[in-house]
Amino acid sequence: MDRQAIMEQGLTQPLVAPLLSPAARRRQLREKVIAGFITLMAFTGIAALILIIIFVAKEALALFTEPEARHEASLSKMFLAQDVAPGRPPFRWQPVSKIPKVSMIPLFVGTLKTTVVSMLVAVPLGVFGALFAAEFAPRRLRELLKPVIELLAGIPSVVLGFFALMVMSTVVKEALGFDRPLNAMLAGLGLALAIVPVIFTVSEDALTAVPRSYREASLALGATPWETAWKVVLPAAAPGILAACVLGFGRAIGETMIVLMASGNADVISWSLGDSARSLSATIAAEMGEVVVGSPHYSLLFFIGVQLFIFTFVLNLIASTWTRRVVRKLTGGAS
Amino acid sequence: MTPNTRRAVGLALTSLTGLAAFIIIAMLAIILFNVAEHGAGGVTWTFLSKPPEDGMMGGGIFPAIFGTAALTLLMTVAVMPVGVLTAVYLHEYAPPNSLFARFVRVAVVNLAGVPSIVFGLFGLGFFILFVGQGMDRALGHEEMYWAQPGILWAALTLAVLTLPVVIVSTEEALRAVPMDHRTASLALGATQSQTLGRVVLPGALPGILTGAVLAISRGAGEVAPILFTGAAYFLPDLPTHLNSQFMHLGYHTYVMATQSPDVEATRPLLYSTVLVLLLLTFALNLVAVIIRTRTRRKAAGAH
Repeated sequence: MDRQAIMEQGLTQPLVAPLLSPAARRRQLREKVIAGFITLMAFTGIAALILIIIFVAKEALALFTEPEARHEASLSKMFLAQDVAPGRPPFRWQPVSKIPKVSMIPLFVGTLKTTVVSMLVAVPLGVFGALFAAEFAPRRLRELLKPVIELLAGIPSVVLGFFALMVMSTVVKEALGFDRPLNAMLAGLGLALAIVPVIFTVSEDALTAVPRSYREASLALGATPWETAWKVVLPAAAPGILAACVLGFGRAIGETMIVLMASGNADVISWSLGDSARSLSATIAAEMGEVVVGSPHYSLLFFIGVQLFIFTFVLNLIASTWTRRVVRKLTGGAS
Repeated sequence: MTPNTRRAVGLALTSLTGLAAFIIIAMLAIILFNVAEHGAGGVTWTFLSKPPEDGMMGGGIFPAIFGTAALTLLMTVAVMPVGVLTAVYLHEYAPPNSLFARFVRVAVVNLAGVPSIVFGLFGLGFFILFVGQGMDRALGHEEMYWAQPGILWAALTLAVLTLPVVIVSTEEALRAVPMDHRTASLALGATQSQTLGRVVLPGALPGILTGAVLAISRGAGEVAPILFTGAAYFLPDLPTHLNSQFMHLGYHTYVMATQSPDVEATRPLLYSTVLVLLLLTFALNLVAVIIRTRTRRKAAGAH
């Protein structure tokens, strides 16, 4: 046979896998099992997120399927004005009164009032603080500042609520001349304590991601350090700072204990910050303990949970898109 | 503008940013000082070792300390294996550009943003009503045994809540282990799992511990998720079973601050409870910060 024939014969014959000893084969199998197990574990995070929305939504579903619940808490009763009796306010949240009133509008207004106050305080503090840490602070001070902020972030929210209730309430009431010690302003200030660390940390990360060459170019052109920080570094990091604010906003909407303890929890609709406010999250916390499982009121509280989940989910998606954008921009599309 | 006014304006605005940073630090200092000032006197051995008495107007907080410790211990046992292995998958096992890995990352980021009260609803709807009732039916319990609020369900709810914390810190720790260590181990004939168990995980241990400590500190302070999954208003007995209800420092703080019949009388007890809770979370956080700064410095030196 000539060589050509031998080679052709060799090609047509089935390829033989290298012979492995039984021990080696066992080892390969074990590696596969371990890798499979680890991959399975990684599924937990996804599973948790899916299970959360499924099981919170499942308990809320009765609002749309059961006739009793549909009558007591229809969507129009939740979101549109109701004239119960002349002279009575059209939007009320009183799900356990004789004629249940289930308007979500007071809860939206209460949530909005407290979160807006907290953002008005926390955004300037957080962003300016981050600007200071990233641009102006001496290295020593910066290394002190970051752990301090982490400690502030580590304070349990129930302690912040306690602090707002026991200490800040009298100060705020006296200083601003409010009638009530517990009001939307106080809850907003308490919330600000909780979200300042979030805004600071994410902003600081965005600012430090700006390449040093940007700063050097600006300084070399004769700009002062402030002009460099304000007109070069800050705009470059803008999407990251917006993401920080959105994240803080999401945290403020979902934060429960502070608002529950400091806002007074009355279902009034007013734009005055001296009035009490009832937020979505605090409503769940305050009422779930006494509710009958399976009642319309119970489903309503889960429905509020679904809304909170959706709000924060959307805000998180926005924030992560913007964070990725700032990274891509500053690394020139490399990642 | 002349250069001098430009400098002056810049300096003024720069000091404004410094003021913002100062205010943040001052807020922390005021809170700490206030709690320490009013609470330190009440933290005695009797306070730490006795149950509450006289309708919460006297006695101590031992059941709450014990409940918090037991709760976070159970939570840690549940969250650490899952969190660490998820991070191992993301950093060591996932193929590059894996779609699944990207989904896991998105899920983890979003999980971190879910409000804590929604975790409470989830714990009630999933663990207690779905899993608990299912277990009661399967195990043939006549009356509710698992389908009621208890320490196991509260701990598992907190485990889901703290999962992102563990995953993020573990991944950071894995990133700090030099690639050379892995390639050297593989070149010597070790399999991937042997490399993981004997080289990568030991190298990443400080960072993994940081994650555990941060998760514990977060879990110990969260109140909203345990409101309806197991925390009890007042319970002189310690939790003995996995389905027992328990007292909790944070929940105790909330109850004493908002539902006390006589605020002035409970105030000293309340302050001391808050001080204990703060000391606990701060000690944990401090440990985490120290370990992390050390590993970061080491990682920076290794490259």
